[in-house]
Amino acid sequence: MTVLSVSDFSVTLQNRGVIHDVSFDIGPGEFVGLIGANGAGKTTLMRAILGLLPHGGLSSLAQLPQAARAGHAAWMPQMREIAWPITVQSVVMLGRIPHLGTLQKPGADDIRQIEAALARMDLTEMRHRPATQLSGGEQARVLIARALAQDTPLLLADEPIAGLDPAHQIATMQTFAALAQQGKSLLVSLHDLGLAARHCTRLILLGNGTMVGDGTPEEVLSPETLAQVFGITAWCQHTDQGFVYQPLDVIR
Amino acid sequence: MIRLLLPLSLAVAVLFGVSLLIGPARIGLADSLRALMAGGDSPIALVMREIRLPRALLAVMIGASLGLAGAAMQGYLRNPLAEPGLIGVSGSAALGAVIAIQTGFAASFFLGLPLAALSGALLAVLLVMALVGPRGTSLTLILAGIAVSALAAALTSLVLNLSPNPFAASEIVFWMMGSLEDRSMTHVWLAAPFMGLGLALLSTLGRGLDALTLGEDAAQAMGIHVSRLRLQLVFGTACVVGAGTAVAGAIGFVGLVVPHILRPFVGAHPSRLLWASALGGAVMVLAADIATRVVLPDRDLKLGVLTALVGAPLFLHLILKLRKERL
Repeated sequence: MTVLSVSDFSVTLQNRGVIHDVSFDIGPGEFVGLIGANGAGKTTLMRAILGLLPHGGLSSLAQLPQAARAGHAAWMPQMREIAWPITVQSVVMLGRIPHLGTLQKPGADDIRQIEAALARMDLTEMRHRPATQLSGGEQARVLIARALAQDTPLLLADEPIAGLDPAHQIATMQTFAALAQQGKSLLVSLHDLGLAARHCTRLILLGNGTMVGDGTPEEVLSPETLAQVFGITAWCQHTDQGFVYQPLDVIR
Repeated sequence: MIRLLLPLSLAVAVLFGVSLLIGPARIGLADSLRALMAGGDSPIALVMREIRLPRALLAVMIGASLGLAGAAMQGYLRNPLAEPGLIGVSGSAALGAVIAIQTGFAASFFLGLPLAALSGALLAVLLVMALVGPRGTSLTLILAGIAVSALAAALTSLVLNLSPNPFAASEIVFWMMGSLEDRSMTHVWLAAPFMGLGLALLSTLGRGLDALTLGEDAAQAMGIHVSRLRLQLVFGTACVVGAGTAVAGAIGFVGLVVPHILRPFVGAHPSRLLWASALGGAVMVLAADIATRVVLPDRDLKLGVLTALVGAPLFLHLILKLRKERL
């Protein structure tokens, strides 16, 4: 059983092939980290998988009708946009929109989901503050909570932990890992290879618009691939604290 | 929510009543109400039913339309400076009217002017939608709107420029200031279907506009058909603004200022702002139209001039307040 199936996937923007030959399946309980250098096509790939961009090949998600898609996958874009000074709680409440019929008011189940999302992202105390007055990192947590409140089998997030403080970066990754253990699936792009190696169950590495690695963090983050794709060296070791990965130097 | 809607509805009702009771014909309160209810052929009944009632009705309809369209436009573009005229409809409706006045079509046929204005609005909306295309974004909508507005303004100037008849030119200038004076029930019946359709299209946008708070991508991923929403918004706005401009001329600042003032009272929710702004717009236009009759009763003060006179300083005040908050 797969939650997301992508095959022979390609994206062409303004006559330039941005993504080509991407195929992978994501099953329940997988926490997949999408990594790659700037401009490798991570955002484009995720948006196209969601059906937000024209594409070639197959994405099981983009094939669904739009309403069903919103029930199957939640999406946190990289642009952290909150246009109006609505309260934190109201932003999170927006995540329930796909579950509400026209003119239907949020019910007990919706309230429960919102409370859970607020608690998970450590937002309960600031729930009544206007979201636009929060710091960038706090806004990111609000938007993650919004995506969690959508309560979908699959969550796609584009650099959700960029700009968060270390404690909240780790807490967010642990939240994602816990969701995966409950059987949900996640596809999350990120740049912090240390956190990716430690918390993701699987990594997909993009380079020049195509997949150059897919497997466990140890398989993907091999010294050869690192040198080739990122141009860096790193120290990695299995310790009694788990798998530790620390980037060291740029290869010139 | 109720705490805001109740006083606004009350204000609309009170101002509607006041609007019915004010006019150059000095009629007593009891007489005018009796004449309005009973009808008949008396001169008082005629004044009430054929002059004051359409005037008050149009003020409510146009105010509500501008307020609702302004709130929807600001919600869609996620910009508090957006206003219904942004998509070029009011400018093009004005162009249609100006051409009708200039060519004499307006004088030769009773509904010539409003129908020409409506045609202008329709052309504008088709042009804007063609320019935006099916995969357009809010930015392309703004650009298309500016292009169409600029073209309409240029053509309006051209008509004025080439006008051989100074009377037509001055009539055009006065018409463009916007007024509700001497409108009849025919104007109400002409505007009503368009406004009804437009209000129906705009009032269902609430949930989509709420979702758009987080951007177009996020809204789409929440199951909102953003391109359908845009189509509904543009056609709804074109219906209400086109019909409003057709019967009353250009009335500015209502769609810009009213949503801005009411936003803090609805917790900034775009959906709740829709109805609040509709009521607020009705309040503003009713009040301004009453003021044109009270302030300078003999000088034919134009409604559009007054809304701009009141709206601009109000807007300046809001900007100063915003600047203080940002510091």
